[in-house]
Amino acid sequence: MDVMNNAKLSLGPLLFNWDSDKIRDFYFAIADEAPIDYVYLGEVVCAKRLAGKNYLPEVVERLDNAGKKIIFSGLMLVLDNRDMTALESVAAMAPEYLIEANDMSAVSMLWQQNHAIGPFINIYNEATLKYYEDGGATRISLPPELPAKSLRALAKVARSELEVQIFGRLPLAISSRCYHARAHKLHKDGCQYVCEKDPDGMTVDTMDGQKFLTINGLQTLSYSYCNLMAELPELGQMGIQNFRLSPHDVDMVKVSRIYRNRLDGKIDLEEANDILEAEMFATRFSNGYYHDEPGQKQVETS
Amino acid sequence: MTKLELVCPAGTPAALRVAVDAGADAVYMGFRDETNARNFPGLNFSVDELSEALDYAHAAGAKVLLAVNTYAAAGNSEPWIKAVDNAAKLNVDAIIMADIGLLDYAHRTHPDLRLHLSVQASASNAVAINHYTKEFNIRRVVLPRVLTVPEIRDINSKIAINTEVFAFGGMCPMAEGRCSMSSYITGKSPNMNGVCSPASHVTYIQQGHDLKTNLADFTINKFGPNEQAGYPTLCKGRFTANEETGYLFEEPTSLNATGILLELMEAGVTALKIEGRQRSKAYVREVVQNFRAAIDAAEQGERMVIEMDNLSEGGQNTTGAYNKKWM
Repeated sequence: MDVMNNAKLSLGPLLFNWDSDKIRDFYFAIADEAPIDYVYLGEVVCAKRLAGKNYLPEVVERLDNAGKKIIFSGLMLVLDNRDMTALESVAAMAPEYLIEANDMSAVSMLWQQNHAIGPFINIYNEATLKYYEDGGATRISLPPELPAKSLRALAKVARSELEVQIFGRLPLAISSRCYHARAHKLHKDGCQYVCEKDPDGMTVDTMDGQKFLTINGLQTLSYSYCNLMAELPELGQMGIQNFRLSPHDVDMVKVSRIYRNRLDGKIDLEEANDILEAEMFATRFSNGYYHDEPGQKQVETS
Repeated sequence: MTKLELVCPAGTPAALRVAVDAGADAVYMGFRDETNARNFPGLNFSVDELSEALDYAHAAGAKVLLAVNTYAAAGNSEPWIKAVDNAAKLNVDAIIMADIGLLDYAHRTHPDLRLHLSVQASASNAVAINHYTKEFNIRRVVLPRVLTVPEIRDINSKIAINTEVFAFGGMCPMAEGRCSMSSYITGKSPNMNGVCSPASHVTYIQQGHDLKTNLADFTINKFGPNEQAGYPTLCKGRFTANEETGYLFEEPTSLNATGILLELMEAGVTALKIEGRQRSKAYVREVVQNFRAAIDAAEQGERMVIEMDNLSEGGQNTTGAYNKKWM
């Protein structure tokens, strides 16, 4: 494949409820060692998780010093005053930082200022893309459900930087009900922060033991880990140059190096996927959405 | 307080007449294609059928609301544009939409067409709703089924437009318009295809005394000989997590808000929506008649709880997120 030196890797917002120390160590490693250009920070799933978290100043300083570009992500479901207060405090960091809107309320707060749009905002067609670009969106991370033909059509007319998730479990749904709490026979108000027990989410099996989905508090994710390694050249040809890695409880420094080496043409596709599969032992990968198939499918591309 | 408006499903022209005759203040339907969120075989309206439906409903004093509430596909927006243009041409009383690009188009091209924001847009707070109002002059928002009654009251105090809430029928436990679980498993989703857990991907398998329901080869539920088997909607199945098997997302249950109409009125709600364009005429008749009675009673300050267990999924009822305990 052609070398994709212009391609940029980004690290999406951490979706899971890790403790402050773990988050701090994670981002310090990213700052010091990962070939990542953009880092999205902030809580997007549940405002309750913000209580007691104190990692941010140190992490921002370390990432800044390492030359990483920082984007702050807002909540994806904004219901009550707690949610709105959390979102307002994120939006208040504009224009010093680029803010990623994941709900229409955030779009409204950032309207006619430069901002980013996250994958939780529904952009399925050219007219919608244009609407957000006209409103100030300069960087748009597209919904993972979009097939290649939609990505191509959007890339053709985009004036903003488009981003696609190429690694990690796919965000599928958000609710006001906490399924983590429910699975532990707790109520959302008295959740005891049980979601922190599952640093990569709680897997959901069918009654026949099939691996099905993953629960992350209010959020439902795919069971499989999206991997668009094979699709990178085609994405590049479409004009998409920003690739999102969604953080997981694995060696994300190593994962990011695999994708970077592949983009730089230092390793071939087979080798890249072999190393990734060895790193992510016993994980199922999928690329179905890209190929207009069910998202959980792995479509052979060679 | 104004009287609640009763908004009823019209999956077919026949169901529309039933709903109007049973006392609906308004009916809603879609065109027969992927532009609406009940894109099921045998349902929905042609342009001519909608034209006749408008005559029938208007003669009885009922409004007609057209749902064009899926998301237009990139590179192929024509069916959606055509649906909006036809709605304007036929003079429907309002069009219900979620797609920003389409709202923008409708607002610019047909400024007299009344716009309602679909539940599929998942506008769950006043800041978001006010943005849609300012940008597209929407006149009503259908609220997502993730809000409590106090949250609805708070929203109503901060917005200048009508609110419509779901009052009866199938209930998404997820924020609507923000769920792609169905396409992850089957390739078809509400946002892109107007379907969830489509029948084309469903199989029923008898295993000894048990009946297994599958969606695209994934087991959604198993029923013993004494259990009533339900449709395998993927968020209403039994799954295993944290070493226990059960209804992880939601029980097979239906929303029934007849018991809280006074609270919804007090919270400033304008209209009640009955889900179920895919339901039978008999179902529509009974639900609409019951709600007609409950709303008329509520206007007099009386609470009329109507069970309707026979019409509910799994014979169970819930008030869903309206009561915080649900979360």
